[in-house]
Amino acid sequence: MIQIQAPFTEEKVRGLKVGDMVEISGVVFTGRDAVHKWLHEGNDPPVSFKDSIIYHCGPVVLKKKGKWVVTAAGPTTSTREEPYQAGIIERLGVRAVIGKGGMGEKTRLACQKFGCVYLHAVGGAAQVLAEAIEEVENVYGLEQFGSPEAIWQLRVKNFPVVVTIDSHGNSLHKDIEAHSGKVLGELFTAISEKKAASK
Amino acid sequence: MAFNLTSKQQKQLQESFVEVIRKTSAELPQDVVDAVLEGLEQEAKDSRGEYALKIIQKNIELAKKKSQPLCQDTGSILFYVHYPRQMCGEMLGKIIRKSVVAATKKGFLRQNSVDSLTGKNNGTNVGAGTPTLHLEPWKKDYLDVRLILKGGGCENVGGQYSLPDSRVGAGRDLAGVKKCILDAVQQAQGKGCGPGVLGVIIGGDRSTGYSASKEQFLRKMGDKNAHPELARLEEECVREANELGIGPMGFGGKTTLMGVKVAALNRVPASFFVSVSYMCWAYRRQGAQVSNKGEIRKWFY
Ligand code: SF4
Repeated sequence: MIQIQAPFTEEKVRGLKVGDMVEISGVVFTGRDAVHKWLHEGNDPPVSFKDSIIYHCGPVVLKKKGKWVVTAAGPTTSTREEPYQAGIIERLGVRAVIGKGGMGEKTRLACQKFGCVYLHAVGGAAQVLAEAIEEVENVYGLEQFGSPEAIWQLRVKNFPVVVTIDSHGNSLHKDIEAHSGKVLGELFTAISEKKAASK
Repeated sequence: MAFNLTSKQQKQLQESFVEVIRKTSAELPQDVVDAVLEGLEQEAKDSRGEYALKIIQKNIELAKKKSQPLCQDTGSILFYVHYPRQMCGEMLGKIIRKSVVAATKKGFLRQNSVDSLTGKNNGTNVGAGTPTLHLEPWKKDYLDVRLILKGGGCENVGGQYSLPDSRVGAGRDLAGVKKCILDAVQQAQGKGCGPGVLGVIIGGDRSTGYSASKEQFLRKMGDKNAHPELARLEEECVREANELGIGPMGFGGKTTLMGVKVAALNRVPASFFVSVSYMCWAYRRQGAQVSNKGEIRKWFY
C-alpha cells in the first residue's frame, strides 16, 4: 500500500504505475457533469486546480449544527467526462482524477503527456468512502450547480484507490479488456467444438 | 369477505413497507454476504481483487451498523407483492407509494426518479413508472412482500441478444445462449461494480424477457435450478466467466461473477431472445411475510 499526500506534484504522479494500491490524504475537489462541461467551455474554476485532484462524485451532504457533513460519497461513472477531461487536465494542470469505470484514449494520452493519473475508487462503497472524508473545507457553485454537482472541497484521509491509468501510457482497463477478450475467444472456440463433437 | 383495514392498520402496513425498504437498502442478505466472503477467500493475498473486496466487506458492515444505504445509488425500486385477494389492490398500491415517499424522506432511498423530458426530480421517487409494483392477489390471508433495489450502473451494462447473433456466433440453442451470457460479462468489464450476479431469460419477448430476468434476483445465491440442463448452464457460466480475469471492480482477479440464474419463457417461433440483467455486488434484496393487519411476521432472506 502506497500512502500519498495531496497536493500532488508531477514527480509524485510520475512515480505511480498502473496497478498500484494507494491511499490518498489531503484535499480533493468533487466535480461531475455540470462542472466539467462548464470548465470545458473555458470558464476558470473558483479556486486553482493546479496540482489538484478531481473526484467524480456527487456526494450526499447535509448541514448538521451549521457544519457540512458528508453522509455518502461513492464515485460516479467517469466515462461521461471523457469528452472534457483531457482538455481540463491540460489547461488547469490537474494531477489526478478519481472515479469509477475507467476512462478512454484521450484521457490516457493526456495523463501521459501532462503528468496525471486516473485513480479508481471502489464503486458503491459509499459508507467506507464517506468515513475517509474528514472535513468539508469549502463548497463552490452551490447555487449555480446544485448540491450533488457543486465543487466540494473535501479533506480526506487514507482514501483508498487503485491506479488504473498512469502517466506512462498504461491503462489497466485496456489490458484487462484485451486479456478477457482473448480468453472469451478461446471459450467460444471450445463451446463450438463441443457442439460439433456432440452432433 | 373483504379485508377492510382500519386506518391504524393501514398505518402499520405502511410502516412495515418502510422497514422492508430500510432493511433492503442498508443490509445485504446473508447469502450474498457469504458469496462476497467466498470471493475474498479466492483472491490472492495483497492483490487488487482482495483490496477491493475488503473495502466492499467493510462497507457492508458499516452500512448495516449505521443503518444507512450501502450504496448511494439506491437504484430502481422493484416490488413483488402477493396479497390476500380480499384486500383492495388499489389501496395497497397507494400505501406502497406512500411508504416509498416516507423512506425517501428518511434517507433510506436517494431521490432517484427523474422526469425524462424535463430532467426534473420531484424528490419523492414516485412518478411515471416509478416505483415498479408487481401486485398479485392470492388465496392466502397474508402478504408476501419482496423488494429489489437495482443500481443504475449495473442496469446500464445489461444486454439483450436476438438469436441467431452473428457477432457472438450464437445460434438458437443452449450453446448459443452460453456465448451470449459470457459475452455480456466481457462487455460489462468492471463497469457494473462487479463481482456481479446475472439474471438471464431465454425466450419471451423484449419486455417480458428483461422483466423476468430481474425476477431471477429473488432467488438465493446457493439455490439449485430445478431444471437439470439450466442448472448445468448456470454452473458452467459462473466457472467460465471467472476465467475471464476481470475481477472485482475490473481490477483483475478471480471473482468476476458470483452467480448466474437462468430461466426460460416460451417465445413466438420467429423470435429467440436472450435477456441478461447484471446485478452489482450491492445486491439488495429483501422479503417479508406481512400479516393482514400489517405486521411483519418473518423475514425471508
Ligand atoms: S452499480 Fe451498484 S454498487 Fe455500483 S454504484 Fe450502482 S448501485 Fe452502487
